[in-house]
Amino acid sequence: MTRAPAPARDAAAEPATGSVRRYRHGPGFWAGRVLLYALLALFLVPVLFPVYYMFVGAVMEPRELSTFPARLLPTGITTDSIRGALDAVPLMRMYGNSVVMAGIITACQLATSALAAYAFVFLRFRFSAIVFALFLSTLMVPQEATFIPNYLTLTGWGLGDSYAGLVLPFLAYAFGTFLLRQSFKQFPRELFDAARIDGMGHLRFLWTILIPLNKPALTAVGMYVFITSWNMYFWPLIITRTTEMQTLQIGLNSLRVGEAANPGLLLAGAALSVIPTLALVVLGQRFIVRGLTAGAVK
Amino acid sequence: MPEPTHTRPETGPPERGGPPARPRRSRERSREARLAWAFLAPSVLVFAVFLVYPLGRTVYLSMHGNDIIGEPNRFVGLSHFAEMASPAYVQVLVTTLLFTLGVVVPGVVGALAVVLLLEGVIRGQKFFRGAFALPFAFSVASASVVFVVFFSPGNSVLNGILYRLGLDQVPWLTSQEIALWSVCITTVWMNLGYGVLVLAAGIGSIPREINEAARIDGATGPRLAWNVTVPLLGPQLFFLIVISTINALQSFGQIHILTLGGPVGSTTTLVYSVYQDAFAFGTSDFGRASAQALVLLVVVLVCTAIQFGVIERKVHYS
Repeated sequence: MTRAPAPARDAAAEPATGSVRRYRHGPGFWAGRVLLYALLALFLVPVLFPVYYMFVGAVMEPRELSTFPARLLPTGITTDSIRGALDAVPLMRMYGNSVVMAGIITACQLATSALAAYAFVFLRFRFSAIVFALFLSTLMVPQEATFIPNYLTLTGWGLGDSYAGLVLPFLAYAFGTFLLRQSFKQFPRELFDAARIDGMGHLRFLWTILIPLNKPALTAVGMYVFITSWNMYFWPLIITRTTEMQTLQIGLNSLRVGEAANPGLLLAGAALSVIPTLALVVLGQRFIVRGLTAGAVK
Repeated sequence: MPEPTHTRPETGPPERGGPPARPRRSRERSREARLAWAFLAPSVLVFAVFLVYPLGRTVYLSMHGNDIIGEPNRFVGLSHFAEMASPAYVQVLVTTLLFTLGVVVPGVVGALAVVLLLEGVIRGQKFFRGAFALPFAFSVASASVVFVVFFSPGNSVLNGILYRLGLDQVPWLTSQEIALWSVCITTVWMNLGYGVLVLAAGIGSIPREINEAARIDGATGPRLAWNVTVPLLGPQLFFLIVISTINALQSFGQIHILTLGGPVGSTTTLVYSVYQDAFAFGTSDFGRASAQALVLLVVVLVCTAIQFGVIERKVHYS
């Protein structure tokens, strides 16, 4: 928020009313400040408490978590819960599965979206506008409505409980096409024509010029896709059967078995699983905001 | 984007080139079209196999009964849809509605309150915004298992806090009346960061002069927020309400982890009911589940259509 520099003014006549004063700060201003920060804290504490308790609980003595009332501050630090969680469920294997799954989906969606967006922006073909509208309309379908047939299709192909089964339905998604089309359209047409006249092929133009110049948009799409597929729950739950193929998100739920004995297992598992996305959110917030809010299309 | 002069119209022969150039140009044109379709092919293939075909198959399955392994074996017409009027399924629809309201209303109001308060913060606004966005990093599963611990009767973090404050214990997940609201609390917590990001982006796009002008007219603090900022946030608020509604309708992981739809079905929403009929307990009742999936589809389609309709009128994205 920006505010004009406050011009000097006789403070003596300033009554203690009004929450925010533009001029010399009287007691009313400070009352407003205190109220503002108190209200903010009222929201901030419940928002941050689960984050705090997850990390603290992950390294607390397990028996301190099982007392009533549960301790909110640790007396010591131990890796018991973390090691316990890794022993109870093959979390590292599942970590790998999640990385592979989210990585393949992200790479493929970037490729399919970039190609499709290129066709919509730089190539002329009949029904271009209609095809684009059809692409957009696929965004209206909730994925849950397709899961039963997709489950039947993929298990029918013998791809249940496999990486292919995990990723195949998500290799293309019109949201990425939409965002990249917006971005590609900013590219000056004259430069495109110049490159074409110089004999540059479409694929080479896409790869050597367009993609490097559209890195911010590609990063936004990539982060968005990676986080949403990393966080997928329903599909991995139904398509995988064995712990070897399960993703981290499903593995977290498996930790519930040991929860009664040690709730620290759940907190440790959650903490381990959150670290990559937490890093992305903290480091790449501007890209994420762009991906989430652009076009106001889910 | 302004079209450059040398761009030819989509159809109809270009007159400028003259007759000799035309065969070459049209050949080039059809080559370009073939290339376009080749570029679109991967996406079209995925959509056809995993989106369009499934919709058709869902309709087919919804009108068929099936044996215990889910193989459709008889045509039942619309009777699966008629069953949706039975008390058990009406309960599912009511639960879905309550859950949606219990997530959307506090979520949107909370996010709005947070961004308006943040407007009053002079220093460290970025820090606060980042802090509020933190839950966004949590997957449904990680947020849900943290709340499993919070709600657990064994150690009970939340009940422990209530106990310290001298308040009564709450049967968070074991009471039929309360479990749904506990799932709502979890969901609101994990979605708040997203709402804050969306509305903060909206506030960032409000021209500075508008705030300055309002200030000069004497609007300050709460009055400025309510009379100037909130109306200008209209499009973002609308977007957030629709997206939150769609997300709530599709919520699954938190229910699966926290309550498994119970106790006594009190947290079984439409999506969870689809899962239960199709995949849980080895039931494989794909017919009944497909009928419910179609109901879900229609509800979400209506929400999205409203959104597209309104945004189409307000925003130009071409």
